[in-house]
Amino acid sequence: MSSLVAVLVDGVAYGMLLFLSAVGLSVTLGLMRFINLAHGAFAMVGAYLAVVVVAAGLPFLLALPLVFVVVGAFGIAIERTAIRHLYRRSALEQVLFSIGLAFALGALANLIFGPQQQAIQTPAWLTGRVALAGLDITSYRLFLIAMGAATAIALIYLFEHTLFGARIRAAVDNRRAAEGIGIQVERLFALTFGLGAALAGLGGALSVEMLGLDPAFALKYLTMLLMVVAIGGAGSIEGSLLAALGLGTIDALFKYLLPEAGGFVIFGLLVAVLLVKPAGLKGRAA
Amino acid sequence: MTAALATTALSVRFGAFQAVRDVSLSVRAGARHALIGPNGAGKTTLVHALTGSVKPAAGRILIAGEEATGRSEAQRVHMGLARTFQINQLFRNLTVLDNVLLAVLERNRRTAVFWRSVRNDRAALDEARSCLAFVNLLALAERPVAALPYGSQRLLEIAIALAARPRVLVLDEPAAGVPAAESAAIFERIHALPASLTVVFIEHDMGLVFRFAERITVLVAGQILTEGTPAEISADPRVREVYLGRRGDHAA
Amino acid sequence: MSALNPASHGGLSKPALPFSPVTPLIFAALIASYFLFPNHLALATQILVLMIFALSYDLLQGHAGIVSLGHAVFLGLGAYGSAILARWGFTDPLLGLAAGASISALVALVLSPIVVRGSDFTRLLVTLGVASLIHEAANRMRDLTGGADGLADFEVAPLLGLFAFDFEGRTAFLYALTVFALVYAALWRVTTSPFGLALRGIRENSRRMPAIGSPVARHLAVSYLLSGAIAGVGGALLAQTSRFASLDMLGFERSAEIVMVVTLGGTGHIAGVSIGAAAFGLVKDALSTVSPRYWQLGLGVVLMASVFLARGGIGGLIERFGRFGRRA
Repeated sequence: MSSLVAVLVDGVAYGMLLFLSAVGLSVTLGLMRFINLAHGAFAMVGAYLAVVVVAAGLPFLLALPLVFVVVGAFGIAIERTAIRHLYRRSALEQVLFSIGLAFALGALANLIFGPQQQAIQTPAWLTGRVALAGLDITSYRLFLIAMGAATAIALIYLFEHTLFGARIRAAVDNRRAAEGIGIQVERLFALTFGLGAALAGLGGALSVEMLGLDPAFALKYLTMLLMVVAIGGAGSIEGSLLAALGLGTIDALFKYLLPEAGGFVIFGLLVAVLLVKPAGLKGRAA
Repeated sequence: MTAALATTALSVRFGAFQAVRDVSLSVRAGARHALIGPNGAGKTTLVHALTGSVKPAAGRILIAGEEATGRSEAQRVHMGLARTFQINQLFRNLTVLDNVLLAVLERNRRTAVFWRSVRNDRAALDEARSCLAFVNLLALAERPVAALPYGSQRLLEIAIALAARPRVLVLDEPAAGVPAAESAAIFERIHALPASLTVVFIEHDMGLVFRFAERITVLVAGQILTEGTPAEISADPRVREVYLGRRGDHAA
Repeated sequence: MSALNPASHGGLSKPALPFSPVTPLIFAALIASYFLFPNHLALATQILVLMIFALSYDLLQGHAGIVSLGHAVFLGLGAYGSAILARWGFTDPLLGLAAGASISALVALVLSPIVVRGSDFTRLLVTLGVASLIHEAANRMRDLTGGADGLADFEVAPLLGLFAFDFEGRTAFLYALTVFALVYAALWRVTTSPFGLALRGIRENSRRMPAIGSPVARHLAVSYLLSGAIAGVGGALLAQTSRFASLDMLGFERSAEIVMVVTLGGTGHIAGVSIGAAAFGLVKDALSTVSPRYWQLGLGVVLMASVFLARGGIGGLIERFGRFGRRA
């Protein structure tokens, strides 16, 4: 019983990582209608950056905001130079560009760091175990859950209760009308894209300890990220959160209870959800 | 006698907005039936609902007495209901002939054939050419559509619909955007259609409506205001008020 | 999409040239390579398989307008299908091709209802998700597929009972060349058939199609089925000529690769896609023996650049030269 709870905690922690890495993808898809298959690569960039700066002596907790800012800036730079020209292009062209970007970043990682797994040095208080209500839980898992929950609350607040959020929702709803009332949609897009990239970078940095890191990272988790968006519905933060937590727990549960089922359950679930609700659980009807 | 096209209490909603409200329409076989009404009266939405590209919220649609309500747009074409579009919906990078040929082949259900050349289907080619001949476009058959003058593109809209060999043809502003001199030529072709073919058309030019329609239905705010012969409609003070009185608005 | 499509400018209505003028050049080059590079026939055979695979995907993306991130599934199924059949003792190569085509067509048939519906994004997801599912399944069914080790312990009987597969790969090359020629001709036939005209109609104006009574979803499903079957043939050929079937044949990288190959070759342009696939195969072989990492980096950069620069791909270039030639 207690091990089942431990598995659930594991699943929720994994779900939070998925949420952090995927929520930007969801928003860019919902807002800019841009299919960004390089989103996993942003997470990978954040992960390598965290590994490097922590190895150079920066404390883990300071590395996280640094990664957030740097990957965010990187995202804005790419959005301004290239991606903004692709918003009105076909899905195929968006896919080609973003897959090309993911390939190139993965190859760069391979050239710089080699194909081997990377490890990150986390502070002692995060590597220990915590006895909580009679359960023995890794403190890093709890840290992940707290980080994910805090980010989710901050994002929901940002989107629901600030002017920035209101502008984004207006632009998602009707771009032309939003431009008509003076919202600078271009700048909004760049900022949103940067925020999504920053969150992915943060998610990547937090992933290293739990999922490991190698140059294949960008593509390995892409399918999971896309599934979060597909099930949660493009453009929905709550949807992404629910989908990520659901996928994380289901994945952990089945790996524990029915290891031979492997990835079946998750991919089967994706196909089933898309069959029943093609726009995702919280998505707007197409 | 069974109506060629009929609706009972047809309603279409977009969210809270009711675009078409309780429309019951009956079009006699072989009729030349005009749908008129001010902009935003729901004429085009009604056409979309008739042809199946918009789902009605309530009501029924019958094509020659057959239930068509739940049928798809494509199935309704095979039941004998074809349409044209207010804004050209052509295959712009195909030739004029291929535009019509495609419609002939779809009607024949020959488009499942992937093992023979499309050029070997002599019967379909001949039929496509005769549709083009009817609208006087045969000379332009090998041109790509994109290179066609606008007026000819409007005629091609009709030729494509005719290739479906419809029993009922719905024309959504067949002369939209065409100069007055050419729009008469388009309506002359519509007038020349076989008498057995039922024609329903939307048109803003009252001169053309009164010249070519035998019956007129007036839509206002999604509802039928009245229906009658051209003489009855032109004498109806309500129609004058909502429509003819503001004719100037629609001259463009 | 259609504005980008070089095939839109040629057109069915000009049947004067039965094949693109480049077609004889392609086959002349392939036949010449048999005599000029007798020591590289294995590579040439692999490239022929890549060309077949590219043509199969072009039918889907270039002609039906369906973007898929999981097309390698059909290549892999074809490969496993023929390899497993051979392990069971049915070693006739043509039977293997038929089996590869059948199993891929069957899976395509089952999947088509979910692939045909939906937007480009849901299609990408569904194809990616299903590909991951099948990859996982093949990985799990070790008894049947050999898991991560793949299958290598099978024989292939002489072609037509006459031509044994020799060590130099002559039979394999000529066999692959023949299959490629048939696929090339078949694809050309499909795209110039009434069905091909309907596919062009869907790409040109998907809104008009139902208004002329077209069963759009069924057309797309049929093209998915045909495309899957041809990829299955390619996969069976790959397994037979390399004596190997493995998980990477149905992996994501292969699926992504074929999207690139077809796009760089020029979607919807049969000759362009064939040349593109051949060029891709050659460059990949040359560069990845030097450095696979630089190959991946270069590939990524070329892909990103292609979206901005090389619209229409190799096929687009052929069309432009063709028009120039006609004008001169």
